[in-house]
Amino acid sequence: MSARIGVITFPGSLDDRDAQRAVRHVGAEPVALWHGTHDLQGVDAIILPGGFSYGDYLRPGAIAAFSPIMTEVIDAANKGMPVLGICNGFQMLVESHLLPGGLIRNAHQQFIRRDQRLVVENASTAWTNTFEAGQEIIIPLKNGDGGYIANDETLKQLEGEGLIAFRYAGLNPNGSLNDIAGLSNERGNVVGLMPHPEHAIEPGFGPNTPAAMRSGVDGLGFFESALNAITARV
Amino acid sequence: MPTIVVDVMPKAELLDPQGKATTGALHRLGHGSFENVRIGKRFEFTVEGEVTDAVLAEVRKVADEILSNSVIEDVVAISVDGVPTEVR
Repeated sequence: MSARIGVITFPGSLDDRDAQRAVRHVGAEPVALWHGTHDLQGVDAIILPGGFSYGDYLRPGAIAAFSPIMTEVIDAANKGMPVLGICNGFQMLVESHLLPGGLIRNAHQQFIRRDQRLVVENASTAWTNTFEAGQEIIIPLKNGDGGYIANDETLKQLEGEGLIAFRYAGLNPNGSLNDIAGLSNERGNVVGLMPHPEHAIEPGFGPNTPAAMRSGVDGLGFFESALNAITARV
Repeated sequence: MPTIVVDVMPKAELLDPQGKATTGALHRLGHGSFENVRIGKRFEFTVEGEVTDAVLAEVRKVADEILSNSVIEDVVAISVDGVPTEVR
């Protein structure tokens, strides 16, 4: 039986269908989940997709983090289920305290869209285990509120315990402290990042790479990693 | 009907990109005497009946747990019909 990976749709989610497509692309079964229920439908992993849930009102991800289904997501995450938060999903993870710190408006005040180079800093999480530590990948980035902040103590802990999953390379697109693009929890099952791996899974539709236009498929590794993690958990 | 006002500000030590952009605009428009502008949020609650200690306690809880994110923001004031209460 193929792995079942749930993608939760919130009011204002944009990239839920893209995430489902990425899941299908690596041979797993995508399961559409709805924010207003308490039903994870027995999935093996969860993706919180990108978008602008609740119009970013109050704070990006804040209202979604209090959705009914998030009770079950937080519970499952604490029991070790792989959970990936992409962009708005990352904002939900920090708002629900599954990951530390916060995300604020980009330092330059503008929305930014670019094919972003990242360094994989931690290659032993549920969502990064097909990469090598130090590997450089290209993943599309598109956000208005991607500035990662945390207090000094938290930053020290993140650096000291290897909880920074990805760092921006070449250019820091939003003023994130320590060039942080994505984080992992201590257990390695919860990962959040601002760039969008689900947009880099198929040649012809991915980011530009030095090899060719729109040829980037570095996002596949995220979803293949989850399959490894799911197999290892069973 | 009494009104409870909650004021939330970005933490003083953190960058406030909106405030920074506004400061820049004011300076460009000749209002250079304002050295710094910071932008926060104001929430107004109307309640039926009296503002009891229990109501205030509930407002404080909501302010801390939902209206603000303590990682990036502070609840700087809570007032009832213009009269400040103790925030903590």
